Amino acid sequence: MTVARFWRENESRYNLIGTKCGNCGRLYFPPRSVCPVCHRKSLGKMEHFHLEGKGEVLSFSIVHDAPSQFELQKPYVIAIIMMDEGIRLTGQIIDCEPADVTIGMRVQATIRKVGEEGPSGIIHYGYKFMPLR
Amino acid sequence: MEVGIVSYGAYLPRYRITPQEIGRVWGTDGEQMSKNLLILSKSVPSPDEDVITISIEAARNMMRRCDVSPQDIGAIYVGSESHPYAVKPTGTVVAEAIGAGPNLTVADYEFACKAGTAAIQTCMGLVGSGMIKYGVAIGADTSQGAPGDALEFSASAGGAAYLIGSENVIARVNRTCSYTTDTPDFWRREGQCYPSHGGRFTGEPAYFKHILAAARSLFSIMGTKPADYQYAVFHQPNGKFPVRVAKQLGFTEQQIEVGLLTPFIGNTYSGAVPLGLASVLDVAEPGQRIFAVAYGSGAGSDAFDITVTDAIKDLRREKAPTVKELVERKKFLDYATYAKYRGKIRMKEGAE
Repeated sequence: MTVARFWRENESRYNLIGTKCGNCGRLYFPPRSVCPVCHRKSLGKMEHFHLEGKGEVLSFSIVHDAPSQFELQKPYVIAIIMMDEGIRLTGQIIDCEPADVTIGMRVQATIRKVGEEGPSGIIHYGYKFMPLR
Repeated sequence: MEVGIVSYGAYLPRYRITPQEIGRVWGTDGEQMSKNLLILSKSVPSPDEDVITISIEAARNMMRRCDVSPQDIGAIYVGSESHPYAVKPTGTVVAEAIGAGPNLTVADYEFACKAGTAAIQTCMGLVGSGMIKYGVAIGADTSQGAPGDALEFSASAGGAAYLIGSENVIARVNRTCSYTTDTPDFWRREGQCYPSHGGRFTGEPAYFKHILAAARSLFSIMGTKPADYQYAVFHQPNGKFPVRVAKQLGFTEQQIEVGLLTPFIGNTYSGAVPLGLASVLDVAEPGQRIFAVAYGSGAGSDAFDITVTDAIKDLRREKAPTVKELVERKKFLDYATYAKYRGKIRMKEGAE
């Protein structure tokens, strides 16, 4: 991934900034510049929308065969989170044991390293989820 | 102008390792090490945590407790000796992650374990001079000790963030003063993974000399004595030094108890005094007075005389975890997992 491509998404990955269609009110994450339902009626009407970061686990998987960048963290949990605003996000669940993750568990977003481009490359930061306390 | 702390937030990784476990691997008497250092366990960052994520967590906890708009923050200074980048400021990511900027100034600080308090002093100056409305000072570290070195038993991770301003001040900084000399007790050369230290030289001519000098200077300026303060926080590279320096100055164990965290989490370096002070602010009542002295190898000390104000009653302290809660949230690791998490195992290219 190039530096610029990841950099463009920093705002949404750090602070869960999505978009809301000014025409139909649908929410999108990651942000979209055009609403896939309203098409050109949404042009110029897509507004930034800040997700509060809370939601619940809709489904999850425990990853034992990890990509090289996640070798140190395996086994780890990847989950689909239903955010309180009604949209779904995929993210890693951290700060708890994989065996303790359940469907319906309440979680909140936090920020962690999500990858890096080798020892001399840029470090990428983004949202992960932890149990809601 | 009254300048002081408007809000604060802390963060600690949840992993811990005991001196006994470290000693078991290196053939050292971990039990004796634990007694010598007065450290029961130390915090360990997970592989996806670094000074940037710790700083953001602390800063977000700080912002949760108050109503200050991040757009009113005019400066962010992050003090650490383990910034993830040698060139690219930690504070830039922190600013973006708390919604501050882009109209603000940011810089990373380094002064061994006192870079966080140096950041507080800088923010005080900028706020006091009217250059900025609010400044954020963060002390955070993910410090490393070479495998088997005495430092490995104490070097840990954590941090705290302070919002410095002149409105709704919850803890007024009555005065701060510093004492700095060229004392090579602990250092890390550019490009080296692990720091070096002067062994026993880190004690009397370094830690004790600087803390005592800064503390006595502050007493003299303020015309105060230890009995005038409810709480005292000292830099805590281990559990014993702060107890001894407090005794030498005339503070009681009760005065330092709340701010003494190293026995449970190890030495969080730049995070040490900021975390100790946060622990005190978690329980402090209006009118109480706090004495805090940081120490950074190299060497210098920053001393603070702080009075808690009535505004602390309006701070939403319950909106973020207390230091005590963070200390108690823990999972113990064995040495092999610790070594894996801290990058002490040589991996094949691609797995970082």
